[in-house]
Amino acid sequence: MTTQYLFAGFGGQGILFAGKLLAYKGLMDGKNVSWLPSYGPEMRGGTANCSVIVSDEPIGAPIVLNPDVLIAMNLPSLDRYENDVVPGGTIYVDSSLIERKVTRDDVTVRYIPATSLAAQKGLDGLANMIIMGNLLNNEGSLASESLEKALGKCISARHADRLQLNRDAMSLGSEL
Amino acid sequence: MADKVLMKGNEAIAEAAILAGCRHYFGYPITPQTEIAAYMAKRMPKIGGTFLQAESEIAAINMVYGASAAGKRVMTSSSSPGISLKGEGISYLAGSDLPAVIVNAQRGGPGLGGIQPSQSDYFQATRGGGHGDYHMIVLTPDSVQEMAELTIKAFDLADKYRMPVMLLADGTIGQMMEPVCFDLAIDPAPEKPWATTGTEGKRAHNVINSLYLNPAELEQTNIERYARYDEIAKNEARYEEYLMDDAEIAVTAFGIAARVTKNAVNEARKEGIKVGLIRPITVWPFPKAPYEKAAEHCKQIISVELNMGQMIEDVRLACNCKIPVSLCSRVGGMIPTPNQVLDAIRAAAKGGK
Amino acid sequence: MVVFDKPKALLDVPLHYCPGCTHGIIHRLVAEVIDELGIEGRTIGIAPVGCAVMAYDYFACDMIEAAHGRAPAVATGVKRSDPEHNVVFTYQGDGDLASIGTAEIVHAAARNENITVIFINNAIYGMTGGQMAPTSLVGQVTQTSPYGRDPKLCGYPVKICEMLAELEGPEYLERVTVNSVPNVRKAKKAIKKAFQNQLDGKGFSLVEVISACPTNWGMTPQKALEWIDSDMIPYYPLGVYKDRSANSEVAK
Repeated sequence: MTTQYLFAGFGGQGILFAGKLLAYKGLMDGKNVSWLPSYGPEMRGGTANCSVIVSDEPIGAPIVLNPDVLIAMNLPSLDRYENDVVPGGTIYVDSSLIERKVTRDDVTVRYIPATSLAAQKGLDGLANMIIMGNLLNNEGSLASESLEKALGKCISARHADRLQLNRDAMSLGSEL
Repeated sequence: MADKVLMKGNEAIAEAAILAGCRHYFGYPITPQTEIAAYMAKRMPKIGGTFLQAESEIAAINMVYGASAAGKRVMTSSSSPGISLKGEGISYLAGSDLPAVIVNAQRGGPGLGGIQPSQSDYFQATRGGGHGDYHMIVLTPDSVQEMAELTIKAFDLADKYRMPVMLLADGTIGQMMEPVCFDLAIDPAPEKPWATTGTEGKRAHNVINSLYLNPAELEQTNIERYARYDEIAKNEARYEEYLMDDAEIAVTAFGIAARVTKNAVNEARKEGIKVGLIRPITVWPFPKAPYEKAAEHCKQIISVELNMGQMIEDVRLACNCKIPVSLCSRVGGMIPTPNQVLDAIRAAAKGGK
Repeated sequence: MVVFDKPKALLDVPLHYCPGCTHGIIHRLVAEVIDELGIEGRTIGIAPVGCAVMAYDYFACDMIEAAHGRAPAVATGVKRSDPEHNVVFTYQGDGDLASIGTAEIVHAAARNENITVIFINNAIYGMTGGQMAPTSLVGQVTQTSPYGRDPKLCGYPVKICEMLAELEGPEYLERVTVNSVPNVRKAKKAIKKAFQNQLDGKGFSLVEVISACPTNWGMTPQKALEWIDSDMIPYYPLGVYKDRSANSEVAK
């Protein structure tokens, strides 16, 4: 089985981090994984996106053109990638930043007001993790050992204080 | 199984270089390879090595020339426009028979071009790039794991044959993260009695030089160097064949293009098309054998490249133009999609070109 | 009793320089200094492109031939590969150092790279047959300034010592000449200091030697030595342009 994820939003929303966490979790689960960021001027405040593939097979192209799962954290990203999602796929929408609805009816859509929730709950900058919590819960792997290991890999010891905040954000997302 | 870590291709190059005993790195920032310099800047001071940000790519390659002359394992990295600037120094390395490892994380060109991935420096890399008759060994990794393995191989080959070796990567392979295992066999650097490390009053002076004003003498150095190149062509050509045994159509690609092509080949196989992939892992020396073989049982070769058709010339030469070779490519930082390659395969299967 | 001998750091081979050229004197001074400091066994010299290109055949220490202008970068690579052991000098002409290699020399100086630079300024490209150099004087006739160097067309000659002295980096900058016995003695003193500084870990030391090129200046050797006094030195005054250690000792 192969799952292709596309994370997209503004630079600074933790797009690359969320993708990296998912890739690391895949690695901890013994899967083949790849993570490919957009790079260049976009990294410095413009749109950012990253392709993550988790697969039981060797991975060919690391570029995700038709995601099974799209995480759209701003309107330009939804506008740009909505039609690329495979039929039957899933779109996660940060509904506090994107006012419009997804127009397709052949995909599952989850509207999560992640950015405003993060602000309300004192989890500033962790809207990405709220969505991740929801995503992982839907995939049935939120409480996995591999996720804890992946978190440990993605958050350096220097920022250990951030670890619990990330867990809190994911737990909040999973309850939605 | 040894531990795997997730790492960017560029970082894997840097870590592998350190494992290979490289303690001297000279570079100049340019997208999309700057992670290599950043990694070296962080690590080198902690392991007694040298990281130096040079004033230009020209200075960087000449610092490499100096450290290599002094017998050290040394590396520089850059991307396309910067590699052009290094061309002079690479020619001098080749002309002075000095080992060095040069990384090119290619981006679109010509000129300032763009910063997105490309393979448009194929000619520059495989034909030498600088002035004069010379070659570099050119390695083309297609995964983060290969970035690590071929970096170590690059140092070995550079020392073994006393010549510059290029790791010809691209923006995608450099920027992507994949699991990588560093539990790799390392050969220590050989003795270098030719190095300019000081005579210590115990031997005649060593001279590192590429100047020969006597043309007969210069001719001889070229002939001897090319004899060495013949050995390399015989011993060091590397490639991967994927589903080629019964293939009627061969697709050939290296680096990121090979990754895309593998997807297309798998899809085409599902449609019942007998297609396989030839992936060169060295593009100099160019691996001729798989193409000679393919020319016997395939009706067409499709060359998938991120340029206007450069490797295709070597492919045609390798199969002696016995079967048609067509091009499937995107340029300027665009990457062909698996569907584009699949369409090319389907067209070939129908007998078109 | 031997009263005059060739320095050991110079190999016993004939030099290719023209009659009256001062490269031979300067080679000898460098070699004498290497002998006196006893460092031949750990010295690596970097030869330039220009008349001194074949210096690698003359010096007995290990030698590297660099691309045009890149000697300071090559020297950096060698020095950094074993900073405690290697004694590294570059020997560069004015086209090499002050034209094509300006970036390399400026940044080696700015880094206070612990190397010794011998800079030969004879205001002309010798090896290619007498073209205008970055240091050719205003009005100087050369193959590529046949009507005399016109500042409106090609600007003014570059004063390297003055220029580098503006940098925080370099340890020691001095301009000398070799057109008379007393000047040769002063030049040797400066070259020795430039090597001693490196041994003491003080950093970048450059000695600019105003040199004669009778062949391409179209003068007799004698006239060329006089021309240094009459024309070169007024524009390129001799003296110490920077000596950080000396200055800090004075400050104490």
